[in-house]
Amino acid sequence: MGTHVAAAEQTSAGTAGAAGTETDSPTRTGLLIIGASQSGVQLAVSLRALGFDEHITLLGDEDHRPYQRPALSKEFLQGTVESESLIFRSNEYWADHNVGLVKGEYIVRIDKDPDGSGVAHSSSGRQFPFKRLALTVGARARKLEVDGGDLDGVLYLRNADDALALKARVGDAQDVVVIGGGFIGLEAASSLQKMGKNVTVLEFGPRLVGRAVGEETAEYFLQAHRARGLDIRLNTSAKRFTAKTAAGEKQTAVAGVELQDGTVLPAQIVLVGIGVIPNTQLAEQLGLTVDNGIVVDRFALASDGTTVAIGDCANMPNPVPGSEPGERIRLESVNNAIEHAKVAAYSLTGRREEYAGIPWFWSNQADLKLQIAGLCNGYDQTVLRRDEDRGKFSVIYYRKGQVIAADCVNAPLDFMAVKNALAKGQNIPAGAAADPATPLKTITTDS
Amino acid sequence: MPTVHFTDAEGAVRDVQGNPGDSVMETAVRNGVPGIVAECGGSLSCATCHVFVREDCLSKLPPMEDMEDEMLYGTAVDREDNSRLSCQLRLIDEIELFVTTPETQV
Ligand SMILES: Cc1cc2nc3c(=O)[nH]c(=O)nc-3n(C[C@H](O)[C@H](O)[C@H](O)COP(=O)(O)OP(=O)(O)OC[C@H]3O[C@@H](n4cnc5c(N)ncnc54)[C@H](O)[C@@H]3O)c2cc1C
Ligand code: FES
Repeated sequence: MGTHVAAAEQTSAGTAGAAGTETDSPTRTGLLIIGASQSGVQLAVSLRALGFDEHITLLGDEDHRPYQRPALSKEFLQGTVESESLIFRSNEYWADHNVGLVKGEYIVRIDKDPDGSGVAHSSSGRQFPFKRLALTVGARARKLEVDGGDLDGVLYLRNADDALALKARVGDAQDVVVIGGGFIGLEAASSLQKMGKNVTVLEFGPRLVGRAVGEETAEYFLQAHRARGLDIRLNTSAKRFTAKTAAGEKQTAVAGVELQDGTVLPAQIVLVGIGVIPNTQLAEQLGLTVDNGIVVDRFALASDGTTVAIGDCANMPNPVPGSEPGERIRLESVNNAIEHAKVAAYSLTGRREEYAGIPWFWSNQADLKLQIAGLCNGYDQTVLRRDEDRGKFSVIYYRKGQVIAADCVNAPLDFMAVKNALAKGQNIPAGAAADPATPLKTITTDS
Repeated sequence: MPTVHFTDAEGAVRDVQGNPGDSVMETAVRNGVPGIVAECGGSLSCATCHVFVREDCLSKLPPMEDMEDEMLYGTAVDREDNSRLSCQLRLIDEIELFVTTPETQV
């Protein structure tokens, strides 16, 4: 990031396009992908792997070449990886694969015909005609509506510009208050603490990481972070953000966070990480069904039957084999963005391949590497595997005796064993799994 | 410039020039070398960047850390003595590496 692409790279839609039919205007792209990030990039790449030979336009509103987000709260924030390492593909790759990359254009409206074709209009007035449309528009940070929420130094962390803004301020700050004890909040808090900041995390709920992990894992992280010196306050929320009150002048920079009980914590940076809202504006304008995300079927098709919607913006049937019929889910993870894109690529090439798979996720916080396999919703039993000496900790989740998920901290062997067992429809009997000295791989059974 | 020669499971070879400091995984992914998936983007969480390193190149590489060692037990194609996770292999000046990608990564 930071490095801007050469003008030549910004091929306008379709100029390098495959030969279209006579009725096609020369600038009409075969597929317009709106949102140039994890899922949009994967869609383009998967389509080429499947032999899709029409021109693809990969369009996004950010002024950076498509990059990976996960490091933004981790290695990139800490300065251990450079922005260039986060770039998905080289310029040459896109050129060689007949993909036109368009940066810095925000689509505000789409006119669409029933056959799936149409024209997208950007805020700068450009038009992007397409034969097929993919919405890979992701999600945006949920805003915290409190007094002082618009002060300078109240920051969010969703994209590269956010990360750059945060990095630019870190040097001058001593005290940071992170609002929200979810993955992003805890990752950023750990990173900032490692960078020498005095960090306090405020979590509104009674435990960390919401419902993404089970009770035991949440408790483990609470203790582990506290032991590492992070000040975590549960059941606590911010009433307002205060500014410095210097003689008469209106202050615009944040100076503190006032809690409900009146305590004021000093803060030169307030980082808000209280979840995301899927970007459904375009889908709504198109008249697509929307309900906590763009509603899609097992083939990643939206309610019009032609538009594909994938990744963080999509609400889809639960892809875990054997899940309740009709159960829907919206997942925010790299793995989902990739797998969902593959399914959409099949749909766009006329194949029907249902989305089925075992979701997985990772989160690095300080020296804690969390890896999650499967979804733990609806578990009725847990087995804890704890190896204090080696700092390993896993929770294996079961429903009616069948393993359904695992949270593993610094325990890749457990993670891999559960992930592989789930993928193959195998089981890891709870009784035998309770002994942390037994490698799970050795007790995996065929059902 | 560092060079990595990628051989796929069928024997097709791709030679890619990389930059010192980049990992073998990054070099592969940015150039679209098939056979390296690298879901986690190099954060040692996915084991989908598995490669087999030609024996005479092994000594040119940084030693394996415990986490990489453990992750290698979960690769899609079973590990061999010359298995490494390519996101942990940083290129240095003028290095020439020969690696083979497994039949599948997931
Ligand atoms: C800081 C951070 C850390 C994370 N860490 C992890 C992790 O450790 N592990 C993990 O699995 N996942 C992690 N994630 C989640 C992961 O990055 C997301 O799930 C993934 O990026 C989703 O990809 P996507 O393509 O669906 O959406 P996004 O990545 O949100 O991309 C959507 C893109 O569309 C653009 N866009 C939206 N509307 C328009 C429009 N109208 N016109 C043009 N462009 C538009 C947006 O600007 C954006 O670039 C992390 C996310 C963040 C922010
Ligand atoms: S890229 Fe994920 S472990 Fe190497």
